[in-house]
Amino acid sequence: MTTLHAEQATNKLPHEPEKATLEGRNKILGFWLFLAGEAVLFGTLFATFLTLRNQVADGPSASELFSLPITAVATLILLVSSLTSVFSIQAMHRGNVKSLLTWLTVTVLLGLGFLGLEIYEFYEYVTHYGYGMTTSAFSSSFYTLVGFHGAHVTFGICWISLLIGQVARKGLTVVTAPKIYVSAMYWHFVDVVWVFVFTVVYLLGKVVG
Amino acid sequence: MDWLTTVDHKKIAILYLIAGGFFFGIGGIEALLIRVQLWKPMNTFVTAQQFNELITMHGTTMIFLGVMPIIFAIMNAVIPLQIGARDVAFPFLNSLGFWTFLFGGLLLNLSWFMGGAPDGGWTAYAPLSSTTYSTTHGVDFYTIGLQIAGLGTLIGGINFLATIITMRAPGMSFMRMPMFTWTTFVTSAMILFAFPAIAVGLVLLSFDRILGANFFNVAGGGNPVLWQHIFWIFGHPEVYILILPAFGIISEVVSTFSRKRLFGYSSMVFATILIAFLGFMVWAHHMFTTGMGPVANALFAIATMLIAVPTGIKIFNWLFTMWGGQITFNTASLFAIGFVPTFVMGGVTGVMLGSAPADYQFHDTYFVVAHFHYVIVGGLVLGLFSGLHYWWPKMFGRVLNETLGKIEFWTFIIGFHLTFFLQHFLGLVGMQRRVFTYLPNQGFDLMNMLSTVGAFLMGVGVILFLVNVVITARKPVGVENDPWGDGRTLEWAIPSPPPEYNFKQLPLVRGIDAYWKEKMAGHKEMTPAEPVGSIHMPSPTIIPFVMSVGLFIAGLGFMFTTDDFGNSFLNFLFNNYIVVIIGLGITFGSMIVHSLYDDAGWHIEPEEIDGKGAEA
Ligand code: HEM
Ligand SMILES: [Cu+2]
Repeated sequence: MTTLHAEQATNKLPHEPEKATLEGRNKILGFWLFLAGEAVLFGTLFATFLTLRNQVADGPSASELFSLPITAVATLILLVSSLTSVFSIQAMHRGNVKSLLTWLTVTVLLGLGFLGLEIYEFYEYVTHYGYGMTTSAFSSSFYTLVGFHGAHVTFGICWISLLIGQVARKGLTVVTAPKIYVSAMYWHFVDVVWVFVFTVVYLLGKVVG
Repeated sequence: MDWLTTVDHKKIAILYLIAGGFFFGIGGIEALLIRVQLWKPMNTFVTAQQFNELITMHGTTMIFLGVMPIIFAIMNAVIPLQIGARDVAFPFLNSLGFWTFLFGGLLLNLSWFMGGAPDGGWTAYAPLSSTTYSTTHGVDFYTIGLQIAGLGTLIGGINFLATIITMRAPGMSFMRMPMFTWTTFVTSAMILFAFPAIAVGLVLLSFDRILGANFFNVAGGGNPVLWQHIFWIFGHPEVYILILPAFGIISEVVSTFSRKRLFGYSSMVFATILIAFLGFMVWAHHMFTTGMGPVANALFAIATMLIAVPTGIKIFNWLFTMWGGQITFNTASLFAIGFVPTFVMGGVTGVMLGSAPADYQFHDTYFVVAHFHYVIVGGLVLGLFSGLHYWWPKMFGRVLNETLGKIEFWTFIIGFHLTFFLQHFLGLVGMQRRVFTYLPNQGFDLMNMLSTVGAFLMGVGVILFLVNVVITARKPVGVENDPWGDGRTLEWAIPSPPPEYNFKQLPLVRGIDAYWKEKMAGHKEMTPAEPVGSIHMPSPTIIPFVMSVGLFIAGLGFMFTTDDFGNSFLNFLFNNYIVVIIGLGITFGSMIVHSLYDDAGWHIEPEEIDGKGAEA
């Protein structure tokens, strides 16, 4: 407790700097609303995928294609990145900029690891199975759903990297804090969506067929 | 330049009004061309292909680029004032929403000049919208243009939600909010849940067309009915996104000009929420004839009819508000009064269509055309005219000419009923919609001719409105705060047009119809809730404009990725996604710039406020 207070005193920032200004609070509220819209977006993509997942035409089916070990590792990486993102917010609340930057960097690296696995996976499907966007309705909905998620991860990586640069330059202020908080919300959201992707696309495809 | 960079909600409102009015005009011309083609049997004024393009573009333009932006114009002009705020929650996003809408709309209309407009109907049903049946780039303009424009709508919705949640003046609880604020709030929530669905639908359709995906292509395992579900899961809520703001406008106008509090305020609020909720449950009533089976049809029919209950509550509340009120019959209130019976007729035919067995008879006939024009034109457009006449003095500081206004009203409403009332019967005697001509002597001839006459009368009404606007623009600015004398809500407590910061001091709200309450207590102005202080304002910025240009370029680039231009340089640029990358680069680049340079804004100091002579 004492260290916490000491740290805060040196920074002269409130305990929750992201909520210190009306702009900050608006940003967080607006972002919750945005995420509600994103939920509908992914909901529609999932519904499309569920409708079309057995429409394999002449192409391979889910059970022929998916390899659970790879996606399980990807899932693990992404879940851990959510945890590190929580650590970064805790560091922010302690006013510890150095630890904040470290945890953000770890989060970005984990995100990159996930993305690398996904690219590898797509590459395999296309080159070894001839499974592309045009193969079947199943393939179209697979690439669109998983690709949309991947695009979100990519965006998140760029965004958080940008913020790392900003915080390194400007420090932790009532302007940068809401940005970090909101990007963390985004990152958790992308993670939660992945848990659904893992269940609905991979587990269901591999186990139920 | 000022207008390209503004983030002031009042100026953005005017931008929306001009752009929306422009597209409304284009949609109107398309409508008249359709009616000219149909005015006599076997007409050859346009070809079948041109006819398909006209009806597709008419519906799409009117709904997405005409009435939606005009609704947004009124919301932008009024909402911050009604809730006693200095601005919206996100001024930057407000401007971004406008520019994406405008560039999306321009992109869509570019199709007329670049090889053909979309021709698959405004619902773009697969497989009509597939590359097999629609071979030009028309549908690509549709999917990508609407995608960009829809982004703007979504941004606007989020902005209004946040604004209404966090920026209300002290004392304004949710149950003290004016009715128009309430309907804006609920509408925005509907936008938030409906627009992402169509965004996905448009992505899927453009992937089918441009990347060769198989979502709706039966040969590849795709499912055309899936498109219909996605379209209507968005589309039915969309019709309520359109009508709820009109309900809000009518509530304001009716109560102001009856000099009475809105009857049954809380039941109005709950009816609005209930309508929004049910609006998401009934989409498949547009699909009774696709073979969903009797159980699904029955469920959707019942859910559809349930909406009549809250809608009926609203109608009766308006009637009870007028009942025993001292009604002023000016243009705004005439449009509002004309709205009520017209909308009721649209509702009644809606319930008729909602009965699944009957819909097998009505479906895809002019009866449906009559129904939705009664609700959209007879409901929404009358509501918009009412709202524009009502708030014009607040927006521009000048009252629109009343005599001309009344002539406008009568030409428009007579023209409207002449056009569309007959179409119910055209439908009942079997005239199909979306056919470009018909044979003589089937009982269609006279009614079609009269319908065309009515359409031109409506056109005259709209032109008279424009004349009125021009005449009024010549008058000097400077009506007082409350030109109607009966203003009830906060926007009437400040000067017309309002100063840049709206309220010198945030007002203290002590009840529903806050300004009326103060007037009745003998006060001339609102009690301030804060001392006079320096007011923080956001800086103008060009970034939203540039971001939208980037999206426009990327959209065009994406559409032509598979084309052969017969020119190796162009082929290189487009086929390798270089144009797309440039466009997205512009967009994301400006986002990064926006994020790097925090806007400190600027301040209006107390001395300046008084210097500007604002008496708020
Ligand atoms: C009491 C409320 C309403 C009911 C019960 C209702 C019911 C229906 C039904 C069942 C159809 C499908 C007819 C068919 O295609 O066979 C339909 C079509 C339509 N309705 Fe409504 N409706 C109502 C209110 C509204 C409102 C408020 C609007 C717009 C502001 C609206 C706009 C439309 C449009 C645009 C279509 C035609 C879509 C198309 O096929 O192009 N309706 N309505
Ligand atoms: Cu509907």
